[in-house]
Order: sequence, then structure tokens, then C-alpha cells
Amino acid sequence: MTRLSAAFAKGRPALVTFVTGGDPTPADTAAILDALVEGGADVIELGMPFTDPMADGPAIQLANLRALGAGTKTADILAIAAAFRARHPEVPLVLMGYANPMTIRGADWFAAECAKAGVDGVICVDIPPEEDAELGPALRAAGVSLIRLATPTTDAARLPAVLEGSSGFLYYVSVAGITGMQQAAQASIEEAVARLKASSTIPVAVGFGVRTPDQAAAIARVADGVVVGSALVDLVAKHGQAAAGPVRELTAALSQAVHQSRQTLQEQTA
Amino acid sequence: MNDHAPNSFRNQPDERGHFGPFGGRYVAETLMPLILDLEREYTAAKADPAFKAEFDDLLEHYVGRPSPLYFAPRLTEELRKSAPAGNGAQIWFKRDELNHTGAHKINNCIGQILLAIRMGKTRIIAETGAGQHGVATATVCARFGLPCVVYMGATDVARQAPNVFRMKLLGAEVVPVTAGAATLKDAMNEALRDWVANVHDTFYIIGTAAGPHPYPELVRDFQSVIGREARAQMLARTGRLPDLLVAAIGGGSNAIGLFHPFLDDPSVKMLGVEAAGHGLDKEHAASLAGGRPGILHGNKTYLLQDEDGQITEGHSISAGLDYPGIGPEHAWLKEIGRVDYTSATDQEALEGFQLLCRTEGIIPALEPSHAIAAVAKVAPTLPEDAIILVNLCGRGDKDIFSVAEHLGVKL
Repeated sequence: MTRLSAAFAKGRPALVTFVTGGDPTPADTAAILDALVEGGADVIELGMPFTDPMADGPAIQLANLRALGAGTKTADILAIAAAFRARHPEVPLVLMGYANPMTIRGADWFAAECAKAGVDGVICVDIPPEEDAELGPALRAAGVSLIRLATPTTDAARLPAVLEGSSGFLYYVSVAGITGMQQAAQASIEEAVARLKASSTIPVAVGFGVRTPDQAAAIARVADGVVVGSALVDLVAKHGQAAAGPVRELTAALSQAVHQSRQTLQEQTA
Repeated sequence: MNDHAPNSFRNQPDERGHFGPFGGRYVAETLMPLILDLEREYTAAKADPAFKAEFDDLLEHYVGRPSPLYFAPRLTEELRKSAPAGNGAQIWFKRDELNHTGAHKINNCIGQILLAIRMGKTRIIAETGAGQHGVATATVCARFGLPCVVYMGATDVARQAPNVFRMKLLGAEVVPVTAGAATLKDAMNEALRDWVANVHDTFYIIGTAAGPHPYPELVRDFQSVIGREARAQMLARTGRLPDLLVAAIGGGSNAIGLFHPFLDDPSVKMLGVEAAGHGLDKEHAASLAGGRPGILHGNKTYLLQDEDGQITEGHSISAGLDYPGIGPEHAWLKEIGRVDYTSATDQEALEGFQLLCRTEGIIPALEPSHAIAAVAKVAPTLPEDAIILVNLCGRGDKDIFSVAEHLGVKL
């Protein structure tokens, strides 16, 4: 069992958390990642900053600019990942970002560096299944999961192509839009997750617009995992180098809500 | 020329939207189904005589096509003064600056809004740099009664105030974008963010021959009216084809529109002119000369970027050339050697601008002024009977304030 599959096999929904690497500086990221783990996150997504994050809303756009402004390089992100792996041998770590920084030195180089740093999976926003050759084969050969995104516009005809060659988990983007904006209606999430799980053998995690423990718990009742990003990134923006404490607190509240969501439901219905 | 030249240079892209190793569809999953819809709809439209008839009718009666093909006698003579005896090519202009709205941009906007209507979309968005594409988009939206939102870098909003006012007069909402350097690439990011949140009803009219497939192909096809007309006009007027085509390149839509119909004419050489800004060793916007292949805004192409793949800001005196990338078909044409590419600095473009004003009584936009600057260098090296055809893709009314500023004149 891989670290990623183990994270979704704990008999309860998983909390997946995102922060941007190098925000506010590369030296501060380790403490923020540790706070996520201490707060109870099951999977860590580490954002690779990019100058042109066109799928992200204002919160993560600004995080990208802060990280790049602090001089964050790809080498820093890989070093942050390797150091995280040494401190937390069991916690799955996923790199999330855009195609150009991932492929500029060649996909084989990137995949090998990910494997060397102990990265479990990669989410690339702007490489759809149609362009899989750009990155997918290199990741699979290196034993790194390619985690694909499914969206409200991914219809039944496309879904098999999205699932083909992906592993780890399927990231369901619950709204057609950018990160950190409105949340999708609960009913639409339930319908979508049911549809995805009918076709998929890998876990389904739901994200985009999830900010509070209550929202996270509602989604956790129907999905295998819940992804929270912008709300945590907002705390880093607000508290800067002192962000670890507030990040730990919010993560603890989120993980408690997610981990106990079905238990609560069962108690309520009992 | 490459030893392994293909049978035709005009059959790109392949079915997956690739021009050799360039192009493609590098977009978020949310957009992918829409991109596939657009491709299906464009394929159907191309085969539909009614679509072509409506496009042609609007180009003739609304845009004012065909645009004239003009021999420039005094510019030709002026450049012969510095040429060796027997040299100094004839210079001809394809006058797309006479189009409605003052540039070639409208050709593409007419085609794309017809596609939008065909697809049942009810809201139009666009990005703009200099404002020419924004004005052209706002124009066709007014003509067809569709709401229009134009994203424009805040820096460009400030330096292109007349075009901002034009767009507003035409009923468009102009949204200043403050992210990044607040120029064209940031406007394109913001337009993509709008699109991904409004895919159900919104059509994105991209202004240049770049972006995810099928945009580079369809923008090229709509702009190819320039080259088709010019080829027929030149044959009718001179009985032969030109020896050299010259066009300015930002994203490259006016250049590909002129070049594409001539690509399989082996005697016709082509020269694309990028913006060298303050110089290729300083700040510039010449992606082919100073960049390398990467992925941005839906396609793989030459980009200005650092060793980590972070995109760097382009600079040009011309807001319309101020983009750190280039259309993927140009990247391919460069790699296979069918088209040559060079560059002109801000200063050279300013000189080209004034040269055309004085010799021909035509005030060009700063974008084609880069092409004129290149012609001023090339024409004296060619024989007198050689023909150079330049795409005069825009008029300079929008630029007189910034030109005055650069020349130290207070208006």
C-alpha cells in the first residue's frame, strides 16, 4: 500500500490541505507544513509557485507572488519536500502546480527529482489527458502518482480518459471556476461524487471553495476526502512568519470535523 | 531550408492541434470539454457555405475589404538613396490599417463572434494589450448585440486611454487587471479565469494566433484573408508573386494571416519582425530571439522565461507587441526554417514610424513600424526589381500620444 492509498484507508474521510511552497519565504514553509501534520491533515499538497497561476483566485495568486518575490526556486521546493519526507516518513506529500515549471528541464528530470525527494504524487493544473505525454509517462515510470482533476464539465464520455493513467486519488473540482471563490451546492457535490465513484476505483477528494469545518464535514459525509487550500493560504497571508500557530488551529478544527463527520451523522441518525 | 521539408507547409496543425512540437491544448480540465466543443463547431462551420457567406459579406460591407494593395513610390526611392547602384527593392503595402476600427484585428473578431453565435453563447470576453483587439471585440459585440467584458492590464489602461474610451463608447465593460506587471499576459490570465467560471454561456474571443487549439488555427484562418487578397492583387497588378513578405510579430496574427497563403510558394521569402524593445541584451519582447520553448496560456511555444520556467515580462514601445510568447505556428515555421525572424528596437520602430509618415503620408501604428524598420534595412540589399510586400496591419492614431512623449513633444 502506498502512502497515498494508506491515507484514504483509515476508515474515515481524509483531510487534504494545500499551502504554497515558499510563502512567505522558503525558510518558513517547513514550520507551516509541520503545523498541517500536527493539526491532523492526512495528505499535504505543496504548491509550486508560478508567475501565471491562471486557475487560481486572488488568495493563491498572491501567495504565488509572495513566494516568488522571496526568491523561491524549483530547487527550494524540492528541498522543502525532501526535508519534509525526512521529518514525516508516513505522511503523503503531493506537489501541485502548472506545466511550465514542471516540464522546463524535461519531464524525466522532474519525475526523478520528485521520486528522489519522496514526493508521492503530482497535480498539474494545465496538462489535461489530451496532453498526457508531456508529463504522465515520466511520472508513472518514476513511481510517482499522477493525480488528475475532474470538474463539473467532465462528462461521462470524458471521465474514462481522465481516470486512465491517474492514481493516488481523483481530485474533484466542485465548481467551474478558480480556487478560493464560492462553494458548490451540497446536492451537486453529492450527485457528482456518486457519479465519479461509480466509475473510479481510486478515492475521490473534493475541493475548491471549502473554507470552514462545517463545509468540510458536509462534504466528508459523501466523499473520501476534502481539500482545503485558500482558507489556509489566507492565514499565511495574514500572519506571515507567525502563521504556523493559526494554521495548526484551523487544520485541527478541519480535521476533527472531517474525521468525525460520518460518526456524527451516525450518532444523529441513531 | 530544412532537408526534410514537408510536402506542404499549409497542412498544420495535426488533429491534436500540434504544429510540429508546438501548439496543443494545455488547459485546465474545466475548459477542456468546451475547447473540444469549439473544435467540433469550427470544423462544421468551415464546411458550411452559409458560414463562409456571412463572414465574407461582413468583411466586404462592414469591415471594408478587400483592403488596397499599395505601391509606395517615395519610400522606395528614399531607401534607394542608401542602396548600392541597381539595388533598392520596390516596397508595397497591404493596407489593413484602412479596415473598420483601424487594424487587422477585426477580421478575426468577425469570424469568432459568428462562431460564438453559432454555439449559442450569449456573453463575450476578450483580453487586450494596446486596445486594438479590445476595440475590435467591442465593435462586433455592439454589431451583434452581445454583452462584452474586456480584460486589460492596468498599465495598458493608463497608456492607451483613447482605446479604453472607445471600448466604453461601444458598450463594453473594461476591467483593469492589476496582477503581475498589469499588461497583456496578466489580462489573458484574468480572461481565462473569467472563462473557467462562466463556461456555460461565455465565448472567449482570443486576439492572436495563440492559446489552446483550435484558436491558433481558427485565428490564422480568419486572418488569412489578408494573404489571399494580397496574393491575388499582386498577381493581377504585377503578374508575379512578391519576393519577400514582411510583418511585425507580437502573438503573430497579422503575420500568419499574410504568410500562410504564400507558404507553398517556394520563391516567396518571409520575414517576421519581433519587438527588440530597448535591445535584445536588455528588456524586450522577442520570444523567438530571446526565449525558449515552454507552456503558457494553453499552448507550447517560445516564451520569455527564466531557468525555472517562470515567465518574464516583455517590453516594447508598442503595447500590442508586449507579450512574452508567440503563436505556435511561428515557433514551428522558425524551427523548420520556412520563415526568417528578426527584430527591431523601440528606437528603430520610432524611426520607421516617422519615415512612413514623411514619405507616404500614412501614419502607421507602432506595431507595423517595426516591420518598416526591418524593411529599411533589407530593401537596400535587394535588387531594384525585387518586390517586398509589407503588412501595414494598423494605423497610428492610437499611438500619437506615446510617440509624442518619446520624441519629447508635449501635446
